[in-house]
Amino acid sequence: MNTGPFSTIQDLGRYGFQDLGIPVSGALDANSLRVANALVGNAETNAAIEFRLTGPALRIDADEVLIGLAGTEDSLLIEGSDPRHIKGWHSGVVRRGEIVYAPVLKDTSTAYIAISGGIDTVPVLESRSTYVRGGIGGHEGRALQAGDELPIGRFQGTMKPNMFSDPPRGVPDRLRVVAGPQDDMFTQDALDRLISNSFSVTSESDRMGMRLEGPELPHIDSYDIVSDGIATGAIQVPGNKQPILLLADHQTTGGYPKIATVISADIPGAGRLRTGDMIGFAVVTVEEAEAIARETMKRLHGLIGTNTPAIDPGKIDVDALYNANLISGITNMHK
Amino acid sequence: MGDVALIVEFGTAIDRAISRRVMNLARAVRRGDWQGVVDVVPTFRSLMVCYDPLRTSRAELEDRIGSLFDHQMDMQVRSKLWRIPIIYGGEFGPDLDNVADRTGLSSDDVVERHSSIQYHVYMIGFLPGYPYLGDLTKELQLPRLEKPRLRVPRRSVAIAQQITGVYPVESPGGWHLIGRVPVPLFDLEWPRPSLLLPGDAVRFEPVSQERFRELESAATEASYEVPSEEIGAG
Repeated sequence: MNTGPFSTIQDLGRYGFQDLGIPVSGALDANSLRVANALVGNAETNAAIEFRLTGPALRIDADEVLIGLAGTEDSLLIEGSDPRHIKGWHSGVVRRGEIVYAPVLKDTSTAYIAISGGIDTVPVLESRSTYVRGGIGGHEGRALQAGDELPIGRFQGTMKPNMFSDPPRGVPDRLRVVAGPQDDMFTQDALDRLISNSFSVTSESDRMGMRLEGPELPHIDSYDIVSDGIATGAIQVPGNKQPILLLADHQTTGGYPKIATVISADIPGAGRLRTGDMIGFAVVTVEEAEAIARETMKRLHGLIGTNTPAIDPGKIDVDALYNANLISGITNMHK
Repeated sequence: MGDVALIVEFGTAIDRAISRRVMNLARAVRRGDWQGVVDVVPTFRSLMVCYDPLRTSRAELEDRIGSLFDHQMDMQVRSKLWRIPIIYGGEFGPDLDNVADRTGLSSDDVVERHSSIQYHVYMIGFLPGYPYLGDLTKELQLPRLEKPRLRVPRRSVAIAQQITGVYPVESPGGWHLIGRVPVPLFDLEWPRPSLLLPGDAVRFEPVSQERFRELESAATEASYEVPSEEIGAG
């Protein structure tokens, strides 16, 4: 369990190998990853740096890159001959030799730094997402450390600093769920308690899942099932009757009953929750959940499509950068 | 499960007939290549079909799957039998003697029982490449360790209840360690990273310590291939 600072390369996940026990992994707050990529002119499938609580310091080793921060309202600090900030939900140009410092996160547990061209590590099983427990993907299958060098992809667009106009504020206080698949193993009390109470996020939380604390959720009888498949968002309840909300790096199979499953549209919000946050649940049907998923994505894509070009917060001549050709380079990790 | 997976349940027990239906449905769904299906995951007694709610829906998948249910669900198909070398006991299987004590068998008997079963790969989960192989005879069935180990050496062969498994990498583990295999069962460099697939069959073939070391070296040089053959009715 690692509740401390933790930075990994993530994209939208690794699909197609769950039958071999390989989790999907990917961004905990995928919506913010999509925005971060859009801010720097990347495809939404590009890989970025996900950081939790505190983030890396990066030295830029390319002539010019566009760097975007999404997920938080706090700012990147750019150090060099021209010290300045890039605010959360904005992107800006950063030049060779400058050092980018990530903020200490307060309004969320998770945020993203995207770089024009994307983090260009070699994909493993068709994805750049990192699954640390299995040593799969990302940069050497592990969390980032001081001294790491990350390749950046070639970027062929125009580097236009940008901003995202309608970011989510803070963290959710409620997640919508679909009941089951093993809701029939719980007492009516348990089901009632799930939707009429708040649970607190304990410090025993990481990319595999969050242990929640709150009223007990009693089983009718057994608290074991024959191991079954698990999807992201499943809320499993072991013998201690306390719920565990499973996230991107969860095991693909498991033997605890699952009382309900958070809907896909609310997973990015779940990924933002911090230790100590209180969270409640509300039940919807699967048809409602699917409709919400489609509406939410449509809205997000609409907002991303209308990203407003921002005034680059430095003293850089923005126009002169519009035709800059980026030579792919590397960033150096500092801690 | 939520709006991202559909579970098709075939029963509540760990059972070959149920597993055959799970595997047959998995095969049919994969062959269907339906839009929006992102993963097909067989487990002991159910199939999890993972989907993208932006591209399909549970209702649509239920319809499609419903139309697949026919007599073919119980069909026996050809699969692969792998003959995996193994060494039992000593430093390779530190729990072997304890298992012998608790089952009332001699260590040699435990080895004989474990290596004479043709196992079925029910599913792969818990860790990338960790196979759940069944079924151990009743006399070998023990609950998990009271105190799980923090570190199980990679390629350890373990048992718990009616299942035997192999740890592809070093990991915490709560099963009884009775042996070790000299070869990798999982490698990200392979086109298909797991040697074993759900539905395959496995036999463990005891080898001497000398042969075990030989095979370990050969595997490191990628000059050894685990023998396999096609089995089963057509």
